[in-house]
Amino acid sequence: MSTPTETRPASADTEPPRDRTRLVRGSLPRWAPWATLGGSALLAAVPTAVATGFSLIFFAFCLALCYVVGIFLWSRSVEGARKAADRAFTAVVTSAFALALTPLVSVVITVVSKGVQRFDTEFFTYSMRGVVGAGGGAYHAIVGTLVTSGLATLMSVPIGLCTAIYLVEYGRGRLARGITFFVDVMTGIPSIVAGLFAYALFTLVFGPGTVNGFSGAIALSVLMIPIVVRSSEEMIKIVPDDLREAAFALGTPKWKVILRVVLPTAVAGISTGVTLAVARVVGETAPLLIAAGTTASTNFNPFSGQMATLSVFSYYEYASPGVPPEPYLERAWTAALTLMAIVMVLNLVARSFSLLFAPKTRS
Amino acid sequence: MAKHIEVRDLNIYYGSFRAVRDVSMTIHPCAITALIGPSGCGKSTYLRALNRMHELVPAARVEGEVVMDDQDLYAPGMDPVEVRKHVGMVFQRPNPFPTMSVYDNVAAGLRLNHRRMRKSEMDDIVEESLRGANLWEEVKDRLDKPGSGLSGGQQQRLCIARAIAVKPDVLLMDEPCSALDPISTHAIEDLMAGLKENYTIVIVTHNMQQAARVSNYTGFFNIGGTGEPGELVEIDETPKIFSTPAHTSTEEYISGRFG
Repeated sequence: MSTPTETRPASADTEPPRDRTRLVRGSLPRWAPWATLGGSALLAAVPTAVATGFSLIFFAFCLALCYVVGIFLWSRSVEGARKAADRAFTAVVTSAFALALTPLVSVVITVVSKGVQRFDTEFFTYSMRGVVGAGGGAYHAIVGTLVTSGLATLMSVPIGLCTAIYLVEYGRGRLARGITFFVDVMTGIPSIVAGLFAYALFTLVFGPGTVNGFSGAIALSVLMIPIVVRSSEEMIKIVPDDLREAAFALGTPKWKVILRVVLPTAVAGISTGVTLAVARVVGETAPLLIAAGTTASTNFNPFSGQMATLSVFSYYEYASPGVPPEPYLERAWTAALTLMAIVMVLNLVARSFSLLFAPKTRS
Repeated sequence: MAKHIEVRDLNIYYGSFRAVRDVSMTIHPCAITALIGPSGCGKSTYLRALNRMHELVPAARVEGEVVMDDQDLYAPGMDPVEVRKHVGMVFQRPNPFPTMSVYDNVAAGLRLNHRRMRKSEMDDIVEESLRGANLWEEVKDRLDKPGSGLSGGQQQRLCIARAIAVKPDVLLMDEPCSALDPISTHAIEDLMAGLKENYTIVIVTHNMQQAARVSNYTGFFNIGGTGEPGELVEIDETPKIFSTPAHTSTEEYISGRFG
């Protein structure tokens, strides 16, 4: 056997340059995208100025168009067709991302700027009992939101998680396929139908007009269960079979394999999924409007009396303000801001959960 | 205590497909039995049938007898969970539990089997198992660190320690070195030579040198063709298989003139 050094003659020196494959291509300078962006901005300013009235949206559209065309042509003349296509598509994808982000940023800015005026101690410590006009707060609605969402979570997580375990670990054949199908159908239920379901259920069982926090929680859990099932199912599915086999080979019964090996491995993803499901239902309005109702005073008891929630509170304050309307509208925005803050805290909790529980490879 | 296993006319099916046909063999205690053969010939399937791991695959079933201690492992009423407590298994890819520390991985078998014991007793078993797997010196200072942070070879020895911590009678190894480098492979081969004093070991391997180096008995599996069941061609003492095998196909396989 000859060694590699012997088989490689000094070809690099003797070989004539014309035989060499050309591996070097022209390339744009690093500042090229920024220069194109600047040029496009100048170019886009012309039609924007010509058109009647300044429109930011029109300007952004022209800017994106000029940039894509400009960078494509410039890159094509210097770098060739492949890199030109790459740069053009990078620009298109980035523009699409910016477009998708626009409403999100807009909502955040609007809610924060309008909601921050009443984001004060009174808002978090007072209910609306006996308040007409300015003042008052959403303490009763915050309590209601926490109670109904909390109860919904307490009901949905055991049911959803057990369903997911059944589907992944036990379910075979027609029953499992049926459950999967109906869970998919449930995911698509309009939320108001869930509210009507809970209202009808309580009317049948406890008589007409039974509206309370627990009924609202039932409506929310109808919405929540399919989300918990789907996310937990995916998380349990990605636990490697290797781990199940390793546990089985130690002579471990199946239920213990699931409880002690599969679930701990998947717990980070499951808790993230549960938190996102809570975040999804905490802002529901329609089902709570029907099933939980609304009230001006604080009600801690979910089994008796109507219960206000942040979303419903915000809706009523905005839909039917008093005279003058300003304090009502301000309260509505602040309720929306509070709801957003709760969802954000939940998301942070979900992230810290997955950091805390995720299987660690490094010490 | 190492056990003797008698396999009689074992047929293994996946649904209606017969994967392994009519295997009969004697697995001797305190010895290493190696199973060699081309890919897809049913060695691993057969190995997994020895501790009833095979039936975890839906629609998989077995006909025939696997007799250990005068009990047929497939007799009605036999509990597969109990069988697996006595016939342990080490897999091709190291698979320590990612949520557990090194210590907890070794203790997992005992804890999952609900054996309550004092901390000191558990400590002793963990140390003994890790020493048995030649891993104690390397991990004794980081028992509380995640098991998945170890190197591949260390993880595989951790899995062996986990398997022997429950004190099985038989240890099945499904290509335990195929994902490891030569140094880790050497460490595990040394380990097997030590383990065979107390355990009955059955190992599936694609590495014929490894079979020749470590095993006392070698069985050669072969397959008739695509879609045909795999079958045991012959089993005998390792030196005999590698010098004067009874069948020409065995000779062709081990000398590399196969196919």
